[in-house]
Amino acid sequence: MKEFDPGEMPSIASLTDKVRALPVGMPVTSIHFLGDTAVFIGAEENAAMANEAGEVSTVAVHGGAVLCAASDGKRIVTGGDDGKLVALNAKGETSALATDTKRRWIDNVALHPDGAVAWSAGKTAFVRSGKGEEKSFDAPSTVGGLAFAPKGLRVAIAHYNGVTLWFPNMAAKPEFLEWAGSHLGVTFSPDNKFLVTTMHEPALHGWRLADNRHMRMSGYPGRVRSMSWSVGGKGLATSGADTVIIWPFTSKDGPMGKEPAMLAPLQARVSMVACHPKQDIMATGYSDGTVLIVRLEDGAEILVRRNGSEPVSALAWNAKGTLLAFGTEDGDAGILEF
Amino acid sequence: MSELSSQKIPVTVLTGYLGAGKTTLLNRILSENHGKKYAVIVNEFGEIGIDNDLIIGADEEVFEMNNGCVCCTVRGDLVRIMDGLMKRKGKFDAIIVETTGLADPAPVAQTFFVDEDVQKNARLDAVVTVADAKWLSDRLKDAPEAKNQIAFADVIVLNKTDLVSKAELAEVEARIRGINPYAKLHRTERCKVALSDVLERGAFDLDRILEIEPEFLDAGDGHDHHHDHHHGHDHHHDHSHSHGGLKHYHDEDMQSLSLRSDKPLDPTLFMPWLQNLVATEGQKILRSKGILAFTDDDDRYVFQGVHMMLEGDHQRKWKDGEPRESRVVFIGRELPEQKIRDGFESCITT
Repeated sequence: MKEFDPGEMPSIASLTDKVRALPVGMPVTSIHFLGDTAVFIGAEENAAMANEAGEVSTVAVHGGAVLCAASDGKRIVTGGDDGKLVALNAKGETSALATDTKRRWIDNVALHPDGAVAWSAGKTAFVRSGKGEEKSFDAPSTVGGLAFAPKGLRVAIAHYNGVTLWFPNMAAKPEFLEWAGSHLGVTFSPDNKFLVTTMHEPALHGWRLADNRHMRMSGYPGRVRSMSWSVGGKGLATSGADTVIIWPFTSKDGPMGKEPAMLAPLQARVSMVACHPKQDIMATGYSDGTVLIVRLEDGAEILVRRNGSEPVSALAWNAKGTLLAFGTEDGDAGILEF
Repeated sequence: MSELSSQKIPVTVLTGYLGAGKTTLLNRILSENHGKKYAVIVNEFGEIGIDNDLIIGADEEVFEMNNGCVCCTVRGDLVRIMDGLMKRKGKFDAIIVETTGLADPAPVAQTFFVDEDVQKNARLDAVVTVADAKWLSDRLKDAPEAKNQIAFADVIVLNKTDLVSKAELAEVEARIRGINPYAKLHRTERCKVALSDVLERGAFDLDRILEIEPEFLDAGDGHDHHHDHHHGHDHHHDHSHSHGGLKHYHDEDMQSLSLRSDKPLDPTLFMPWLQNLVATEGQKILRSKGILAFTDDDDRYVFQGVHMMLEGDHQRKWKDGEPRESRVVFIGRELPEQKIRDGFESCITT
């Protein structure tokens, strides 16, 4: 099916004519806003910066594949297969933060609001504080994901068979949360009470941090690649199924014993989710190129982009929630202003 | 291969016991002018004396899948590396994964069957095993890894043939054939083999299972030697005998089994049977391969498997005049031969 057939969804509201197409000219792997500038991170070498007027400029960031990227709203830090960790600011200026001595791939990066940056190469995780102090930690196996806790300098390092909680500034032994399998992405709930990982198999695993109680979240047909906390951390929206799966995190037990909400079903796999920073709505991208905006309360949908392309591979809101940008695996990109 | 699978990037798994000559072969692949670009995933950066941003160091991190399948192990580092490499699609033509000399090839091969994202972009082209003509016979006795690597191979590069006598060479080849009669075997000195015989084989090596003379295999052997040498003692023991002048070994614990039919197979019976067989006996079955002629199907169907995992596809139309024959082979330990034969027979359309 190449064209969106409006006959199938007669009632859906559409904003497709409000979307401004952006000629980024490369497969997009993630999008980050620096103020109102949307920065599209390419699969290789470059980032494309789109200003409010829709003008796109390209910035070289790596000498090969861009493997990871994170942003704190003031800068974007990327890791590449050239062994470099590179920072990019809103002016389009880049600076090399670190170079791996063995030119290992920089697989993961995370940023802390106070200016600290964490990255990993193979089994080694590094943290550099806002003041420039650097520390490293060797995980038992290759690091699959990194996340800073919302409070204090604490880093979650996902690896095989669990997650290590590392306190770079404390002499205390890192805490180990065990669960068999390969853990990839990792995220703290905004209230710092829960930790959730995406696994190699199609499932999430979680821990309640007060007592390390396990939470198993499974049933996905495909691996979960995208997770996003809804405003206030009330729910965790996830990709991996043909609907968005949203696990409830409002009670002290998290999602245990509760059914997740399933919203925005399509005949395609959800590939990306991005919750709005201020309201109970989210943007969702699908494997057939569709982009929707969905109200969490009742699942009401607005069409942003029709289907008929490669999968949506990146979605992001600006901090104010007035701009939504998307990108696809084959290099289509667009921005929508509210 | 079908259109879809031909767009996938071919992956060659390069195995071989310590010192057999894997690095020599890799250096040739990377330095020769063949007009192709290979991404190479190696274990020891230092051994490759070539600087190339498509040479990636790996850690051989094997983990068990949480899917209740005990032999379902994958290489987690490969999943990660493949993900990164796919960002550079178009910058290379094929991928070579080198394993350490002591590695079991199963987790590497299984990674290309079990991981959804890896499978979407890449396909296992062949397992190439470099073997040392001088020392392989000894290693087959004392190193289970070496035997696994031979059993797994689609292509065997029997290297260092200049260091052995003709009789020794015949001996080691017979031992290889006792374990794996289906692999394509190349005799080399310093790994001098045409790279086109090793890389991007497509399904060419699969056709070898059709070429093997039946008398070389069990069928029509006339005597049942698969069963009569398990005497309940554990020490290594093998025996050889001759078929028309070919020295013929039977390895005590690793066997192969070949099944064929001139009549078409019923896909509604065969596929469930095969899936059930590998699900129940997959720990014993190291490799399975087949070329299949299905009822009312003008396309040749091919499959290959590693332990419990299978991958299959319509390959091409049967050619005019080509016998529509099905051939299935299994290589493994203590294969339940009669069970497999009976099951196969029951899938033949009558």
